Amino acid sequence: MTSLSSVFLLAAEGSSTSLTLPFLRFYVFVLAGFIGYQIITKVPALLHTPLMSATNAISGISLVGSLVAAGAQFSKFSTFLGLVAVTAATINVVGGFMITDRMLKMFKRQEPK
Amino acid sequence: MLTAFDLLPTILAAAEATALPAQHPVREVVIEVAYLAASVLLMLGLRGLTRPDKARRGMQLAAIGMLVAVLGTLIDFRIVDYTWIALGLIVGAGVGAAMSIWMPMTAIPQRTAISHAFGALAATLVGISHYDYVTRVLGEQVSRFDMAALGFEVIFGSLTITGSLMAFGKLQELLPSAPITYKFQNASNIGLFVLAVLMFLFLVFTSSDSASHTVLFYLMVLVGLAVGVLIVIPIGGADMPVVISLLNSYAGLASSATGFVLGNNVLIIAGALDGASGFILSILMSKAMNRSFTNVLFGAFGAPTAAAGAASTAGLSVRPISVEDAAAQLAYAREVIIVPGYGMAVAQAQHQVRELAELIEKRGGEVKFAIHPVAGRMPGHMNVLLAEANVPYDKLLEMDEINDQFSRADVALVIGANDVVNPAACNDPSSPIYGMPILNADQAQSVIVLKRSMNPGFAGIENALFYDPKCSLLFGDAKASLSKLVAEVKTA
Repeated sequence: MTSLSSVFLLAAEGSSTSLTLPFLRFYVFVLAGFIGYQIITKVPALLHTPLMSATNAISGISLVGSLVAAGAQFSKFSTFLGLVAVTAATINVVGGFMITDRMLKMFKRQEPK
Repeated sequence: MLTAFDLLPTILAAAEATALPAQHPVREVVIEVAYLAASVLLMLGLRGLTRPDKARRGMQLAAIGMLVAVLGTLIDFRIVDYTWIALGLIVGAGVGAAMSIWMPMTAIPQRTAISHAFGALAATLVGISHYDYVTRVLGEQVSRFDMAALGFEVIFGSLTITGSLMAFGKLQELLPSAPITYKFQNASNIGLFVLAVLMFLFLVFTSSDSASHTVLFYLMVLVGLAVGVLIVIPIGGADMPVVISLLNSYAGLASSATGFVLGNNVLIIAGALDGASGFILSILMSKAMNRSFTNVLFGAFGAPTAAAGAASTAGLSVRPISVEDAAAQLAYAREVIIVPGYGMAVAQAQHQVRELAELIEKRGGEVKFAIHPVAGRMPGHMNVLLAEANVPYDKLLEMDEINDQFSRADVALVIGANDVVNPAACNDPSSPIYGMPILNADQAQSVIVLKRSMNPGFAGIENALFYDPKCSLLFGDAKASLSKLVAEVKTA
């Protein structure tokens, strides 16, 4: 449980609205999904491959969770899993963004003659 | 709805009253601000992809967003040792960079598939580590809500790991790309999936402090891994665009579930964006094949349908054409539409295609490219290959834009494409691809098809276009044929 949200959780649990926090997360999820839908439906088919490698890089956001597992010394087991997770997620993030950029660099308009 | 401000007094009171091991209010605020900034940057970045000229800049914003999120996390007070983090970051960045620099563009579908596996692996391991920490190290109960999120995380994560590895194996041709089928396949797959759901429900609704709960949790991970393998092996190579999009979506949902478990909004947001993107792409791909999800996932295309198509072409013959004749047709054509397919990718012939197109244009003809949404092995595959070969993107037209123009074209040049130009999709209700939107190559004045052999395409469906009197076939490897055509057109 990170930071402010854990405080939110405690606050929520202390009051009568123990469901507030989980529901806040659903709000975030649903709204982000909605924004995602609005944006992605406007991406032209031309760029669908870069789109997929970009969202693939973005799904490497699990890196954020992996970092804590790898560095917090919860247990040896956790640290090991964290190390593997950090490595895998970093491959995803670095590789994903770099190859997306490499692809996008290739898309050129016709030069005016 | 409650806002943060309404909650503020309660939060402060709660923060004072609780005995959390360490409180670092400043750091926590910095981290949350970093996550908020990262979320905004990721969304702005994706929005860049709606326009080809803004896309690169957008992705740079997204990459900065990711960096901000990572830097923010690094000041988390729970991190006490940076050794393993540094090691993971360095190794991961090295491998990731190497993969992206030296990977040929034709291998993009494979790279994407294996990359989904890495993302899902990270999410799954974070979930396992969290479960282990709470139950074994802290010896506490996992709340029902957290258990439900953890369950989603590890099921989606584990099936995406193995599913993506199988997709990678098929795309890299380490595994046969044809569907692998056996008796009671669908029944056993569904059974296994139901088993995973039951395990999930049991884990959520029982107390997490027993040994059996822990055993069941790990068993559920194993079942998830098995489901991933079994659900992808019966899916054939031509259906990979749907599968790869679906796995993209699952990897995102696993990340989002991680966010629910850790109470981390940037994970929830990034995962939701990714999940939405994969979902939309898989719907677009299914539509482009006129098939439902269930049909792609459980339909194991192939054997039974091939016979039906084959019968209708018995007694017909195809018309082979020589390189010289084909070159002459192309050299004197005013309008040529090129239809690329997976065969072009396999032969890595995109550079020769561009060379041929340039030659025709130099002679005064006009060349356009017709891109079917499911041509190739992933969404947009052909566009990337042709862009790599320096074909300007305004020449790459989507199906809806170009279909009306075929009737005006002198020559439609089909390179390694099959099902996407099969007229049976329009006029043969008995065909398995009936109803699939196709490129109207058959409406061009003449059609030249570059093909390796007369073996029917992957789906095993005969293509009536090849037997059309105005269609001629140039047999041979696409790259070799194109090189010869280029040489001939030069001298024509």
